[in-house]
Amino acid sequence: MSDTFTLDGKTISFTEGQTIMQAATDAGVYIPHLCYLPELKPHGSCKLCTVKINGRETSSCTMRAAAGMVVESDTEEINSQRRALIHMLFVEGNHLCPTCEVSGNCKLQATAYHLGFMSPQFDHFFPIRRVDASHPDIWLDFNRCILCSLCVQASRDVDGKNVFGLSGRGIKSRLIVNSKSGKLADTDMAVTDKAAQVCPVGVILKKRTAFKTPIGERTYDKKPISEVPDTPAKER
Amino acid sequence: MDTPVKKKLKVATASLAGCFGCHTSFLDIDERLLTLLEYIEFDRSPLTDIKEVSPDCDIGIIEGGVCNAENVHVLREYRKNCKVLIAIGACAYNGNIPVYRNQFPLPVVLEEVYHTGPGLANGLIPNDPELPLPLNKVHPIHEVVKVDYTIPGCPPSGDAIWKFLTDLLAGREPELGHGLLRYD
Amino acid sequence: MNTNSIQPEGITGVVDRVVARWRHDPTCMVQILREVQETCDWLPPEAIDRTQELLGVPRTSIEGVAHFYSFFYTQPRGLYRILVSDNITDRMLGNMALLDRLCQSLWVEPGKVSEDGLVSVDTTSDTGMGDQGPALLVNNYAVTRLSEARVDEIVDLVRGKVPLAQWPADYFKVEDNVRRADIMLGHALKPGDALRAAWGRAPAAMLEEIKRSNLRGRGGAGFTTGLKWEACRNAPLKAGQQRIVVCNADEGEPGTFKDRVLLASHADLVFEGMTVAAYAVGATRGFLYLRGEYRHLLDSLNGVLERRRQEGLLGKGILGVPGADFDIEIHLGAGAYICGEESALIESLEGKRGTPRNRPPFPVTNGYQDQPTIVNNVETFAAAALIAVHGGDWYASIGTKQSAGTKILSVSGDCERPGLYEYPFGVTVRQVLEDCGARDTQAVQVSGPSGVCVGAGEFDRRIGFEDIPTAGAFMVFDQSRDMFEVARNFVHFFQHESCGFCTPCRVGTSLLKNMMDKLHKGLGSRFDFAEIEQLNQLLKATSHCGLGHTACNPVLDTVAKFRPAYDQRLRRQDFMPAFDLDMALAEARQMTGRQDSGAHFKTEFGEG
Repeated sequence: MSDTFTLDGKTISFTEGQTIMQAATDAGVYIPHLCYLPELKPHGSCKLCTVKINGRETSSCTMRAAAGMVVESDTEEINSQRRALIHMLFVEGNHLCPTCEVSGNCKLQATAYHLGFMSPQFDHFFPIRRVDASHPDIWLDFNRCILCSLCVQASRDVDGKNVFGLSGRGIKSRLIVNSKSGKLADTDMAVTDKAAQVCPVGVILKKRTAFKTPIGERTYDKKPISEVPDTPAKER
Repeated sequence: MDTPVKKKLKVATASLAGCFGCHTSFLDIDERLLTLLEYIEFDRSPLTDIKEVSPDCDIGIIEGGVCNAENVHVLREYRKNCKVLIAIGACAYNGNIPVYRNQFPLPVVLEEVYHTGPGLANGLIPNDPELPLPLNKVHPIHEVVKVDYTIPGCPPSGDAIWKFLTDLLAGREPELGHGLLRYD
Repeated sequence: MNTNSIQPEGITGVVDRVVARWRHDPTCMVQILREVQETCDWLPPEAIDRTQELLGVPRTSIEGVAHFYSFFYTQPRGLYRILVSDNITDRMLGNMALLDRLCQSLWVEPGKVSEDGLVSVDTTSDTGMGDQGPALLVNNYAVTRLSEARVDEIVDLVRGKVPLAQWPADYFKVEDNVRRADIMLGHALKPGDALRAAWGRAPAAMLEEIKRSNLRGRGGAGFTTGLKWEACRNAPLKAGQQRIVVCNADEGEPGTFKDRVLLASHADLVFEGMTVAAYAVGATRGFLYLRGEYRHLLDSLNGVLERRRQEGLLGKGILGVPGADFDIEIHLGAGAYICGEESALIESLEGKRGTPRNRPPFPVTNGYQDQPTIVNNVETFAAAALIAVHGGDWYASIGTKQSAGTKILSVSGDCERPGLYEYPFGVTVRQVLEDCGARDTQAVQVSGPSGVCVGAGEFDRRIGFEDIPTAGAFMVFDQSRDMFEVARNFVHFFQHESCGFCTPCRVGTSLLKNMMDKLHKGLGSRFDFAEIEQLNQLLKATSHCGLGHTACNPVLDTVAKFRPAYDQRLRRQDFMPAFDLDMALAEARQMTGRQDSGAHFKTEFGEG
């Protein structure tokens, strides 16, 4: 028999070792998240999945569930924090949805829709970032990187390649690739790599596929992200 | 909507560094525009050709971001005279396409356009005092004045604009659900 | 000391030598890059190539580290790399005017390299010389007590390309400035005393003694040392694992400098405390993680370690007891405050970027290379050595009920006698102010930017875990100081030091910095204040580690206690842009040559 905790008043069962996120997902309850994918080790950097446990904020993707926990997630207080975090990610990079080929399949955008984000207040940083179109099958648009490091993990832990890494510090943190030239073409990245499938935004893009599915008919055009389980992202 | 009993609300609109797509989308509310006109009247707007915003304007709707001195003057006139200011469309709330020039210093942009790029005969950067000077960077409007509401989208659909305005006129906090809230 | 000479061995030769010295061990990446840079003056691409070849690690993991730490340079930064300490106390002593003087005389812009590639000048976070500032680092060596005359002399030395080793020794003199000594700074122990006392008991009994002493961690958080040690001692070892003792000497909290003095003048006591800990928990390997700003201590500390090995106080068979093995290796940081957080420190010890880990699991069970690890502050280990000799009951009898023993305060700022003051816990802020000769005091920032700002009405509050816990910083501000500017300096510090791992801290500290700068420029309104309050709340609630949680403390405290300093900056009725509108037209004016009225924004326009 498994133990239970409550999430927004709903009783959730969990098995020993499960995180709150995992247990909630199994129970069909959506907690917003960007840097978490079920098949990779959670690291808790985006903080979108922050919940309140017994009155204290913590990342639900890294916190193990314990019997009797009282967890709050879908409250106005927490969702307002999440909207601010979303907005931080938007202003930190250059996220121009109308010009982005991932629009409609983008988790950042879809999560913002889910949270009803529509009142910007922070000033934009407009960082100078580059694109890398050197690879025959993949191009990289660093303007949209949210530093979730899912590609770093997927390349290292699934592909066994270490194509990606994080560099810099603080607001100057950035994604880099594993080559002397700094170009993706000079790495051993292949379009079939797991790392090419996990980007929640529009950084790692497969060439010649951009508009196969028209805008308006994409994953999160059809259903809100809260109703789309994580796995279909692979087939995007 | 019920029959109007109150004085009509004055609504002013403007397009700054935008493409008028949001205004065009506004017209996509189609025959509902007639219903809307039972509640509002247009003040300064590309739809009316009124030259100045009335000091007692109720709602200002701004399309486009801020890319030059004139944009700043217009935006401030709207802010000063409108009780509620609404940003409409991606250019107004995050700068959108025009902010691509923020990747380059303004002198580089002007050099490219007027000196090194093909197409212009005399190769001089225009310096007529009639022309507004460009700012060194393009800004969303909330970085220049206080903005009360935003209708995202590029452009927002007529349905989204309708939903937003009817919410606002009915005194509800405007909400756009799945399908209406879009950034693209 | 680095003499900036041309390397006969070539870049490849340098890397080969350094990598061999560090056993071809990628976990020593920070040390390898540091030593390569000490010879090459920066980390040229060839050095990174060679390191990658020799260590066989992904290039991303080398570049990721090289770009994380402030003191590593992947672009040439000159033969002389000058970093002016920029804590608020340095500011109060006029460091900015001295920086300007330095830059003007050397024809170099702050943050840049001179055109001839000779010198670069920039600012850096507090270098731990608060009692003898303004201070700077040249090629990571501390120069204290800067004055206009000293700056001018430095300019001449740089221009004359005089090797650092030939600069006047007086520049590099770092004083202890011990103003009040108690059981620790006034101890009379000889090397080996504490070890013999510890070895006289069983390890479990030694641990019991630490528990009985009620010693709590001196790094600020105040976790009970005995419990930490016990958890490590009881943590199961997997095959091939050993227990690890780490001394956290990454004394990065602005305003703190007591660990520097303990290591400069009481290194034996500290190493002895580490060895006592190793004995109590059953550890065989130890690290001292020394902040990069204390490079000047490295050689003498290595000397102390070597002497202790010779004397049978360290290494194999300590005190002649077979199997009593424990040795200590010193790792130097490279300019990253976050590495003072214990899990980030461990990451750095493993040769990685210093980002805090998710906890649990805690280091006591899964620390350095997943082994049971205790991380304690320098002062904690020194106290442990005292406890080994004098016993837990003796120690517990000093101080207060919840705060046993003494605490060393690093006093700086507006007072006559800055320096170290060791008191039994429970001393009042007022007493410290009296002792250090502070007059007309407006506020004291206790425990640095992440600590608490204490206003004049609270000077009867006491130093101790019951009231004001502290890692040791005690910065004094008299009535002439602008507490808004104090908070702004601290906000800049946190922005610079955020590791970038989590969204709220990475972006939030930058947003907060921009807002404080906006207020500083006189562009603030009530709208901006609301945004500052929202950011504070968000950072506190959602950040990954203590840095983000505390980054807003200076603002929250000064808003609560010195509100007029903010109000006078929030006078704008209307929202104003964070940038200067008229300046935003300057480039266009220059390109068009226009100066007509339409080419300017009138200054009063914004108030309409």
